[in-house]
Amino acid sequence: MSAKADATIMKSYEELIKQTALNDERYVVMTAENRAIIRSLPPILKERFIDTGITEQCMIGMSAGLALRGRIPIVHALATFLTLRPFEFVRTDVGIANLPVKLSSFVPGFLSDGNGPTHQAIEDVSLMRGIPGMQVFCPASNEDMLAMLPKIWASPHPSYVRINTRPTDYKHDTNFEIGKAEVVSKGKDLTFLVYGMLFDQVREAKEILEKQGLDVGLINMRSLKPVDEAAILEAAKYSKRLVTVEDHFKTGGLYTIVGEVFLKNRVMADVMPLALDERWYRPGLLSEVLEYEGFTGAKIAERAMNHELV
Amino acid sequence: MTTEKNQKLRALALKVREHIIRMSTDGGCFTGASLSCTDLIVYLYSEYLNISKENLDDPNRDYLFLSKGHDVPALYGTLVELGILEEARLKNHLKTNDHIYWHPNTNVPGIEFHSGSLGHLPAVALGVAMDCKMRKQNNKIFVITGDGELNEGSVWETMLVASAYKMNNITFVVDRNHFQANMRTEDLIPLEPLAPKFEAFGCNVKRIDGHDFVALEEAFTSLPFSDDKPNVVIVDTVRGKGLPSIEEQALRWFCNFSHDEVEQLLKELHGVEQAIITSEKLVVR
Repeated sequence: MSAKADATIMKSYEELIKQTALNDERYVVMTAENRAIIRSLPPILKERFIDTGITEQCMIGMSAGLALRGRIPIVHALATFLTLRPFEFVRTDVGIANLPVKLSSFVPGFLSDGNGPTHQAIEDVSLMRGIPGMQVFCPASNEDMLAMLPKIWASPHPSYVRINTRPTDYKHDTNFEIGKAEVVSKGKDLTFLVYGMLFDQVREAKEILEKQGLDVGLINMRSLKPVDEAAILEAAKYSKRLVTVEDHFKTGGLYTIVGEVFLKNRVMADVMPLALDERWYRPGLLSEVLEYEGFTGAKIAERAMNHELV
Repeated sequence: MTTEKNQKLRALALKVREHIIRMSTDGGCFTGASLSCTDLIVYLYSEYLNISKENLDDPNRDYLFLSKGHDVPALYGTLVELGILEEARLKNHLKTNDHIYWHPNTNVPGIEFHSGSLGHLPAVALGVAMDCKMRKQNNKIFVITGDGELNEGSVWETMLVASAYKMNNITFVVDRNHFQANMRTEDLIPLEPLAPKFEAFGCNVKRIDGHDFVALEEAFTSLPFSDDKPNVVIVDTVRGKGLPSIEEQALRWFCNFSHDEVEQLLKELHGVEQAIITSEKLVVR
């Protein structure tokens, strides 16, 4: 079944994972007691649904053991507890052996809204992309994610996906390819590079700026590793300014990735980072957080124009 | 166990110990920890586990995971004696033209998974055990941990989970040599009473003399200890076993002997005369 066909049939993460596992015995679903969006699966997948309790280190080690036996574990936990708590297990058991363990992280970035800094996974992209062989994906919406996951899960590589079940009215290109960005539009004045749930905020920002007469590009950087170097370089050629937007520390995420691409290709460009600079974000309801931290459409538009380039 | 079998095992263990001593120079290795688990590894590979040169890729084989990876010289030596690893490769110890180094890796035939960082392979082995159970296969899954390794919380997470899932096809063997790197365990992070700890985590436990092949056979041939609990075998051992010069010496953890000391220690191993060892103690590794 093609990724496109899957995406048109599946309406939810849970439905996709169910069909994937029912169609292919290799898939097992693991969780460290985070069942919210996979709650119907235990009676359907039976012993292929493995809840290890709140034991992230053990869960990751087990996922490596299951993968050694030919299984493809899809592994769930809150993003911080999937990446930080068992980091060495991901790096050492999954990474060194390059096993096809599929990490699905819940409430990454701003999506942990009111939890506070203990739950803020805003270094997850940085950490996961630092592991050789690990692929990193950040879907812009539920629909984007459902179009992406079949190819990610079918890949022989380990992967990390920021799970994003937020609905959108935007029709994403469902022909997802690993390593390819979704170029929504090109713009001469500036181009937004964004991933994850902030995509829809940036769409608003783009509309605001277009009403002011600017020519604005937008790229959904849904595949962060491997990254679409060509799309980044093309945007730098076409646009006067690039703006990276991410619910992540400024260090190690998209801003850093773009910098690495430019250094490698000896390109000089004006790049403005909208990210969290050396601090955690103020906890609250998501709408409050976006407002406070300056990541609503209006705030992004304002910041993108007011920034003094050095 | 017959006397002949016991003698055969002793002779095999002696050869493995010779390999370990020969690897303890030109850069050295974790000699003491390797010597403590030699009898255990020799028994498991040569008598008990369904692992041979012919079935290394057979999904029905048994699995042994060496979680206290720094004792890998005991495994290298055993794999050589069983014909799974070419003896000539031991000469490549610490050379970059091969993969024979201080911790296990899968470039060595017979090694199921890499280790080195403590507290990892109990969970990896549990994943393997769970898959074998799902497929209704009867493989035996073994993990050897150190005793100092039991400081790691991930070991106890794994005990909880193995117990919750009633995994009686997995056996955790603790090489209880009573030392962690440079200290006696009881002087640093006391582990005793150890068997009741595992029992409290829902495991069946046996504790035996890890240098007694009769005791090893009795314990392992009675596996699984029950239908619904993970198995734990604590084998009491002596760090540095076979070499009185370094036995139970806290500072003889990592050993890098001179060539002359190696020759002396080989004699000591065979009970000829005790070696005089002056090489550096407490090497940082």
